[in-house]
Amino acid sequence: MNRVKSFLRNNLVPLIFFGISGILMVLADLKVRNVSADVMERVFRNLFLVLSLIIPIVAGLGLNFGIVLGAMAGQIGLMIVQDGQTGSMIFESEAVARVANLVVAVICSIPIAMLLGYLTGLLFNRTRGREMITGIILGFFANGIYQFLFLVLAGTVLMPFSDTKNVVLPQGIGIRVTINLTSVEKALDEFPLGERADGRPRTASIPLNFEVEEADPNKPGETRVRKVHYGLIPIATILVNVLLCIGLWWFFRTRLGQHLRAVGQDAHVAEIAGIAVNRCRIIAIILSMVLAGIGQIIFLQNMRVMNTFQQHEQVGFYAIAALLVGGATTRRATIGNAIAGTFLFHLLIVAVALAAPILLHNAQVGEYLREFTVYAIIGFTLAIHAWKARSKSISTPD
Amino acid sequence: MIVAQLRERLREGAISFGYARWTIVGFLLLLWISAGLLGLSLGRLFGDCLVRSGMNGVLVLALLLPVRAGNGLNFGIPLGIVCGLLAGVFVMELNATHPFGVEAFEAHADLSKGWSGFTLAHLIALPLAAVVGWGYGWLLERVRGQEMMVGIYVGFGAIAGMCVLWLKLPVTYEELIWPIGGEGVRNTILIDDYYKWILDGWMDIDFGESGRKFQRSEAFFIPTGLLIYWLGACGLIAMFLRTRSGIAMSAAGESPAYARSIGISVSKMRIRSTVISTVLAAAGILVYTQSYGFYQLYKAPLWMAFPAVAALLLGGASLRNATIFHVIVGTVLFQSLLTTSLPVVNKLVYLLQQNEIVDVRYSSSLGNIPEIARLIIQNGVILYALSRVARDSR
Repeated sequence: MNRVKSFLRNNLVPLIFFGISGILMVLADLKVRNVSADVMERVFRNLFLVLSLIIPIVAGLGLNFGIVLGAMAGQIGLMIVQDGQTGSMIFESEAVARVANLVVAVICSIPIAMLLGYLTGLLFNRTRGREMITGIILGFFANGIYQFLFLVLAGTVLMPFSDTKNVVLPQGIGIRVTINLTSVEKALDEFPLGERADGRPRTASIPLNFEVEEADPNKPGETRVRKVHYGLIPIATILVNVLLCIGLWWFFRTRLGQHLRAVGQDAHVAEIAGIAVNRCRIIAIILSMVLAGIGQIIFLQNMRVMNTFQQHEQVGFYAIAALLVGGATTRRATIGNAIAGTFLFHLLIVAVALAAPILLHNAQVGEYLREFTVYAIIGFTLAIHAWKARSKSISTPD
Repeated sequence: MIVAQLRERLREGAISFGYARWTIVGFLLLLWISAGLLGLSLGRLFGDCLVRSGMNGVLVLALLLPVRAGNGLNFGIPLGIVCGLLAGVFVMELNATHPFGVEAFEAHADLSKGWSGFTLAHLIALPLAAVVGWGYGWLLERVRGQEMMVGIYVGFGAIAGMCVLWLKLPVTYEELIWPIGGEGVRNTILIDDYYKWILDGWMDIDFGESGRKFQRSEAFFIPTGLLIYWLGACGLIAMFLRTRSGIAMSAAGESPAYARSIGISVSKMRIRSTVISTVLAAAGILVYTQSYGFYQLYKAPLWMAFPAVAALLLGGASLRNATIFHVIVGTVLFQSLLTTSLPVVNKLVYLLQQNEIVDVRYSSSLGNIPEIARLIIQNGVILYALSRVARDSR
């Protein structure tokens, strides 16, 4: 009984959100097979971004709202690749060229993300104790700089973007509001593995089929069972995420990882023990930024279309809400929290988006309610954790 | 002797005004001079600056008390804003034959127009905001140390939640309801026939001849009523700060431990500051709207907290300290900067293009610069304030 109780207490937040999505699905009469494909796609395109938040939390920097800057770096990489079409010049096969483009985009984004991460780290060291609010405002600030670069300077001699069909506005100055990412679309989700016998490409993805019972058109009054294709399970994307999980697990066992952990537990003690605290914090932010850049590229190769000036704005809020739903706090987060949270958060989002129009009889409501859910989740979980921390400190006076 | 003393006083004042603010004043002067050289009507421009300052001033004033009480910058003012909007919509709904579709209610069209409409909107908005503000203040006490971040979420959440409510609000008046679909409140609601410019036009002094209603002349004008409202609100808060309660609030913010030791309930003071802040935000949006000419619902108020915060900080406030002087100077400086830069840049781009100094291709992207500059300045100022306070406290 005690074990059940402690399990409940430790997993309060994830259980609440699992319950809410379950209730919504029952109320709106949603079928598991209808939401599963959508949830799966969302989980695998977002997981990398959510995982990129873990290192700064362990290093004691709290939730890194600065990943917006990392996402910008990823988008800059994609813009460069879409404009240059580097891979298409080398590889004949379109599918292989896309993978090459993706790799080039990642390579382009990494130095940008490292530079932004370094600068953010310097700022966070000056604003110790308020990294989170600083990160939020920094995201808005960076958005101004980003708009200046890509609305005003892009296309000039300083930033020679030239593809007026898809990337640059017709007049040659400024990036388009939406870019079709033809050069990288689904490069990872439908990773090419050669050709089938009939000439169609073989991809590293497994179709997700469900058997659906439906009225038989040939025999009135009877039903038949038909296999319906709901989506593709992206094996390559899953592998990349698994690799990142193993990488993070290994990282926290290295010397540097242990130092970060020590800094996160008590910066003062770590300082005395001879760890360069400020340097460790900057490294944590740089790593987080680089991962966020790659994460945004993975996200966008699945989306196939990029909203140049909006796509990054919400990244921080969505990824952080997902992590918090998984039971993480501003001081403690594990890989398990990230995986469970991404799944639960997107289950909830899909359930809200589908259930709201049915329950409230209004088609527009879903979009607004989804946004409200994100903000409410973060506010609610932060309040729960604050309340928990307080009740704990009252019950154990020391 | 007196002259020397006066000069000394002026010198001290100039130094305490701060180099950062002098730079901004200088930049503003530069903008005004270039506006004059470009042939823009300076009188009109100054008048617009006054209107914009009065329009946003109450929202900036709303941020003052939480800073003094130690809650930091109140990013949660959208909570008060939606209270004001809700009251405005409610007052307009009085025009319907049966407001909110309830048979027992009857139309009160006269009540919703002119001064009575504006006053009634206040009478509904302010108590509502006080209740909401009390709840918000209670929440902030629970999340001590993270007030500003939670405030941002509460603000965003309030706007997003209200979007759902706007869609489901059972209004029936035809000027409120969506023309298509017939459910929910529409995006922008015109208030021309209700209380547009009721403050702006009250005892206003226009140095030129304005042709039509709701159109200003090209000469200088003073929106007297608007300025009286704003400065009156500032005066009230200044008086409050001299009362027992106001002094206790400042003490709670400056040194919580000391305040507690002399018997001040710090959390009570903080909640009180949040309540007043939310109430002022509700009044602020009503003032803003009567000047703007229409209610903007849905996601329009999402970002409203940030320019207000930037204005306060630009006026010289920090995360720990703010005065009425900071509110007034900051609002006038920031809003004048925004009001002046757009026409100046537009005119400049137009002239450069006319004389073929700049290629036509650049003109549309150059037109974006004032908005981008606003984003960078606004958030840059907030970032600067955040980094400065942390260094002080270490």
